[in-house]
Formats: sequence, C-alpha cells, structure tokens
Amino acid sequence: MSEYDSEVMLQELQEQMGEKLVIYHDRFFTFLHTKPGDLLALSRILREKYGFNHLADLTAVDYVEYHGNFEIVYHLYSIPANRKIVIKTRIPWDKPEIDSVFSVWPTADWQEREVYDLMGITFRNHPNLIRILMPDDYVGHPLRKDFKMEGR
Amino acid sequence: MLQTDQYHINIGPIHPSTHGGLHVEAVMDGEMIVDAIVHMGYVHRAVEKIAESRTYMQFIPYASRLDYLASHLPTLGYVQTVEKMLDIEVPERAEYIRIIMAEFSRIASHILFVGSLAIDLGATTGFTYCMRDREKIMDLFEMTSGQRMIASYMRFGGFAEDLPEEFIPAAHSFIRNIPQMTDEYYGLLAGNEILQARLKNIGVLSAEDAINYGITGPNLRASGVDYDLRKAEPYGIYDRFEFKVPLGETGDNFDRFMVRIREIEQSGKIIEQALDQLPEGEIRARVPRVLKPGKGLEVYHRIESSKGELGYYMVSDGGEKPYRLHVRAPSFINLMVLPLISRGGNLQDIIANIAALDPVLGEADR
Repeated sequence: MSEYDSEVMLQELQEQMGEKLVIYHDRFFTFLHTKPGDLLALSRILREKYGFNHLADLTAVDYVEYHGNFEIVYHLYSIPANRKIVIKTRIPWDKPEIDSVFSVWPTADWQEREVYDLMGITFRNHPNLIRILMPDDYVGHPLRKDFKMEGR
Repeated sequence: MLQTDQYHINIGPIHPSTHGGLHVEAVMDGEMIVDAIVHMGYVHRAVEKIAESRTYMQFIPYASRLDYLASHLPTLGYVQTVEKMLDIEVPERAEYIRIIMAEFSRIASHILFVGSLAIDLGATTGFTYCMRDREKIMDLFEMTSGQRMIASYMRFGGFAEDLPEEFIPAAHSFIRNIPQMTDEYYGLLAGNEILQARLKNIGVLSAEDAINYGITGPNLRASGVDYDLRKAEPYGIYDRFEFKVPLGETGDNFDRFMVRIREIEQSGKIIEQALDQLPEGEIRARVPRVLKPGKGLEVYHRIESSKGELGYYMVSDGGEKPYRLHVRAPSFINLMVLPLISRGGNLQDIIANIAALDPVLGEADR
C-alpha cells in the first residue's frame, strides 16, 4: 500500500471516530490515541476494514509518576500490506480496567494475561484471566512503579 | 465415540523434552488429548523489572541471556533499539560483522532445534551429529569474545573488539561444510521413516490460525505465510543480501522441521556474501559513556530472531535508565498454540509439538 492510502485511512478513521481519536506521528510510527471505551470498536475497524491482522505487541506502561495513568500500547501490523500503526489508550491508576481485544486478535490471550499478572490491569471479557508468569498465590504486581525491589 | 473419565498427566517442569522448565498439564480421554494446559514462569527472572534499575549499557548481558541458544540475536535487537532511540550510526564493518554473528547464531539455534527434536523422539544419533556441528560455531564465538554461548560481544555503535585473524578462514570453512551437513540431516533424519511417522500431519497449524495467534518466524512460514522481517522490514543492512525465504505447505511438525534446515542453508548464503563484502575500517562508533535519550521518547524495534519476531518496546524518561522495557518474546507467543495443535492427538505428540515449536524458556518466561 502506498503512502497515499494510509493518509486516506487516517482521514476515514478520524471521520468515523470523531474528536475523541487523536492521531499523531513520530519518526517511526503513527499513533492512534483513543478513549478506553472506543478501543474495541477501533480495533474491529482496523482488523476488518484495513487488514491489520498481526497484533505484534500488547503491553502497558505505568505512568503513575507522570500523569497518574496506565498507558496500554498495541503495536499492529498488516502482514499482506506491510503497514504498521500503534493504538494507545490511558486508564486511571486506581481503576485499571479495559476491554479485552481477544475477540479481535486471539493472540491477545496470553499477552493480556501477562499484563494482568505483572501490571494488575483487568481485561473485561477475557476468557481466562489468571496469572501466567508469577505463581498463582503471589500477591502484588511487580512491574508497577510502586513495587519495591527487596534487598536493593 | 466412547468417552471415559478424564485424567490429567503432568509433563514437566523438570523433564528434558520441555526445553528448560515448562509444565504442560495434558487432559486425557484414554489415549487422546482433550486439552493441554500450559503452566509457565519457572524461569522467570524479571528482566523487564531489572531493566528499570540498570543503565542502558548494563542491560546488554541480560539481553544476551534471553535466548541463550542464539545469544547474538537478542543482543542485536536490544542494541539496535537503543541506537534507534539515540540515532547512533554504526560503522559499515560493524554492520557486516553483526550480520555474520546474527546468522551464525541462527544456524546454531536451528542446528540445536534439529538435534533436540531428534533426541526428544528417541533418535540419539541425530543429536550427537548436531552437537558436533554446533560446536564449530561455538568455537567461532569463543574466538571473538572468549565466550561460547552467551557472548556479550555487541556494544552500542558496534562491537567490543574486532574479529581475530583466524576467524575469517574458520568461518569460510564452516560455510563450505554446510551442504554436506544438511545432506546428513536430510538423509539421517528427514528421510527416516520413524521420524516422518512422528512428525507428518501431526500438530497441523493453518495459516489463518497462525496469524490470528501472532505466530512468527519459522513456525509461521511452515504454515505457508511468506513473512520474514529480514525481507518485510529490513533492519541493519539485510536489504543488501540475496536469500530465499523457505516456506512450508501444510503447517505440520514436519514442515517446521524442514523449514529450519532450509533456513540453515539460506543463512549460510547470507554469511558467505557478508564475508566477501566485509569492508575494512572502524568497528565501533563514538558513543557517549552515559546515555540519556530524550524525555518521552519511545521505540518499538523488532528483528527476525531464530524463534520469530523479537521486539523491544522501550520508553525513556530522560534518565540514565529505561523507564520501561518490554520484550516481545517470540517463544512466549508461539507456545500459545500448543493446546490448539495438540488437541485430538496422542500423548506422545505433545513432545513432538513442543520440540517443533522450538521455544526457549529463558525467553518465554523472561
């Protein structure tokens, strides 16, 4: 797909999602900053209409020291068209809940479990949201910034 | 169909065929697998958390230990991520040496794949042949850095030291030997009736499922999807080399096995070209001792590791240490299809499926 097509795509997305969708670029990526409530709708459009079939990476960053939110980051690629895009969304630190994208990309299954395990973010409608790397009876979420490393 | 009481069989975590510490709970109905539940985390070392308390430089050895069977590949991914963030130009000679080391790592990892798959299925001889061949690559790594498996040889902007004199002839002689080596694998293993019976039409993964589950690397290509990051999104100087991307057809374990042997041959071709074109010059760019990427910078960089798409997502807050480092580990995500491809098979197929997916648990558990 040419550069022109992705411009058209971004315009269409902006029209469809309205003001709530903020589109910006850096040197490497185009970012779609969306509200958590719109995440699932946006994901469906990207997968079904624009062919972003490869959810390469799903992760979260704890920005409690900066703006007091969790930022969830989705790196998407389209294998046939060789295009890339990033979805970002922010959820409040004291109520970390968001819709699961498992129904759109099944690969989100373990990736969301990992984020749940290490960051303590709950994914609504996930089929099997249990810890994956830490033991089942572990208390706490190690990748949060308020997690103190003992012995250091 | 006759149904009996279901029972659970634990495979691992301490078992040689689980490749390092993987626990698979097989739910059985008689001889048939109804479901496979994967329990992981036995090799969890919290490298992502450790990264937040180490400087960028200090994390290099940790990156090497992610995939200890092909240690140059995760190191390459990590140093390129930081270089991308800081706009560090790498000298030509170092770029070529990186290709050489990365492809040797890929060959070492694939040889070990062939060998460990063979021994998991009971073919001890196949394993000894593969270990013999891999040893020569370990010798090459030892020449360059003094370390055989986990060589933290790469630095930001290039390498710690130049290649020693004896490296180039030794590398050439290894490359010359590759056709003979793969011929042996084809004859000894791929042509073996028992091995074929254990692998063909077992663990079939369709192209659609492979993409849906985010499978990458040789496992994806065995299902017939032509997606290699060295071609699709060339990093470093991969766009200068000619090589083919081997594909499978049915996506069964045998295809995964054959794709990797063919990849050994293609990697050999890349190394040959790189050795021929290897320029003279600097091997390390001038890089400040203390690295401080700008505040709010973030990068997602991905490379084609021997296991699949290895990605690093790095966020900087302007300090000496990363604010967040996430490793997109291909082994972790490839293991997700283990229950899917095992259902309906027999218990012994799980061993073949794990071996054919080629996970390395150091990377999967991080």
